[in-house]
Amino acid sequence: MIALDHVTKRYGTTAALDDVSLTLGDVGVTALLGPNGAGKSTLFSVVGRLIQADAGTVTIDGRDVAETPSSDLARTLAVLRQDNHIAARLTVHDLVEFGRFPHSKGRLTVEDREHIERALDYLDLGPLRDRFLDELSGGQRQRAFVAMILAQDTRYVLLDEPLNNLDLRHMTEIMRLIRRLADELGKTVIVVLHDINFAARYADRIVALRDGRVVADHDVSGFMRPEVLADIYDSPVEVHQIDGKPVALYYE
Amino acid sequence: MTDAALTRTDAPVRTRPRRVWTGALIGAALAVLAGASLFIGVSDVTPASLLAGDTDAAFLLVASRVPRTVAVVLAGASLAIAGLIMQMMVRNKFVEPSTTGVTEFATLGMLVAMVLWPGMTVVGKMGVATVFGLVGTWVFLRVIRAVPVRQLVLVPLVGIMLGGIVGAVTAFFAYRLDLLQSLGQWSQGSFASVMQGRYEFLWFAAAMAVVAWVAADRFSVIGLGEEFATNLGLNYRRVMAIGTCVIAVITASVLVTAGIIPFLGLVVPNIVSLLVGDNVRRSIPWVAGLGAVFVLACDIIARTVRFPYEIPLSVVVGVIGAGLFLWLLLRKGSRAH
Repeated sequence: MIALDHVTKRYGTTAALDDVSLTLGDVGVTALLGPNGAGKSTLFSVVGRLIQADAGTVTIDGRDVAETPSSDLARTLAVLRQDNHIAARLTVHDLVEFGRFPHSKGRLTVEDREHIERALDYLDLGPLRDRFLDELSGGQRQRAFVAMILAQDTRYVLLDEPLNNLDLRHMTEIMRLIRRLADELGKTVIVVLHDINFAARYADRIVALRDGRVVADHDVSGFMRPEVLADIYDSPVEVHQIDGKPVALYYE
Repeated sequence: MTDAALTRTDAPVRTRPRRVWTGALIGAALAVLAGASLFIGVSDVTPASLLAGDTDAAFLLVASRVPRTVAVVLAGASLAIAGLIMQMMVRNKFVEPSTTGVTEFATLGMLVAMVLWPGMTVVGKMGVATVFGLVGTWVFLRVIRAVPVRQLVLVPLVGIMLGGIVGAVTAFFAYRLDLLQSLGQWSQGSFASVMQGRYEFLWFAAAMAVVAWVAADRFSVIGLGEEFATNLGLNYRRVMAIGTCVIAVITASVLVTAGIIPFLGLVVPNIVSLLVGDNVRRSIPWVAGLGAVFVLACDIIARTVRFPYEIPLSVVVGVIGAGLFLWLLLRKGSRAH
């Protein structure tokens, strides 16, 4: 379990996270929604020890993030930020290999190599393994990053807007993959999304943030209600049942 | 997976045989050039004269030619590695000690040592230069924190300006203290004065190159950025500190032995990057080998072009290095990293 206990993080006078208490990681896929500036990325940064909270504690499986050695956490929790810009010319295989760093410290064992191969296979990256990252399309590159996170072999996987800059086909592909990570590999995935319908289709639980606070926290059917959605986004949202699944219409 | 066809470039996958051949070529060039370097000079030292038992020739070989060749190889290899490490730390392909003010800081250290402790040993001077090099690297890293990483050209520009300021301070004091000439002698890149007892500091540089080699994976991970490194459980600050030491010691020891060798740390890692990519564990032997070959070739040119006189190595390196750098920038299909 990832537990945030009264966590606050301020940038200047604005609170990106305002006294947030939240438990994550009870179900396979949790989607984090909310308008821009709601504090989603900040929450990931605090949980992933990339930044320090001003107040409150974050524990992962009972261990305080601030006091646990970073190299131990790297075997429990993997965070993939949005907009990953890598200047170095690395091949897909190189990148996935670095995912084993928390385990291997650079000396790859037979087991490490198996993890790397499995991750490459799982994401269909076999034919691209010797390609340099800057020779890939956006969707392929995103898959390579996910493969790296997969090779890291952590229980918790945090993905910050993994659908950014992807076309429709690749968005669906990545979401299906996230579902498989949870269902087939038993991982606990927490993912920041912008699209309500993607969240409703693929997540088990949806948490909405706004102005640094948790404003809604439901399972899918509880979340996909007009009054809940209108409250989060400050604009009317209709919900229709299409083929027995709730779909939000927010284009009006 | 069918969407291999969706890649933007259809560049063929770099195959291993090509790498093996290029590697063998670099190794062969290193052996040939090092051999040639032993037998080029005003005095006649030839394999024949050595075999004939010419003691003068043997003395010259041991006292001057071997040290010079070893010094050139160590300086070339380690300076290229310093460039590579710095590029990973800054995540920018256009940085190396001489485009970031580190060399200028180390030179200022030399001047301070000359002024305050005129009789200081060369090791002492190197120590002072190293401390200044450390400060210089730290200052540069602090300054560029304010520059967005993606401003690729801005980062080396800031470094060059920083170097310009420190260089101006150094020149001013050297001028006022009448030390301009001896500072010039120190900092002009040349291996002409290298002989037994005057190059051994370069082993410090070699030791740092070994440190970089051992920590290669850490520097690769650092090259992915602070967030990636933290996610992978790496102690970002510690690796940055180790990298800073590697850069400062290599810069200072090459500076006191051979002076400033421009462009090397820029050109060599960029060429290697094209050949084998930026995974430091894979690229570091290439960088070391190509760095050594490059400086050996330039040194041999510097010694033969006006034979029996020598022209400064920094002139040769500057001309060839600048040419290569322009080629890298303007190369067809260059992504101008």
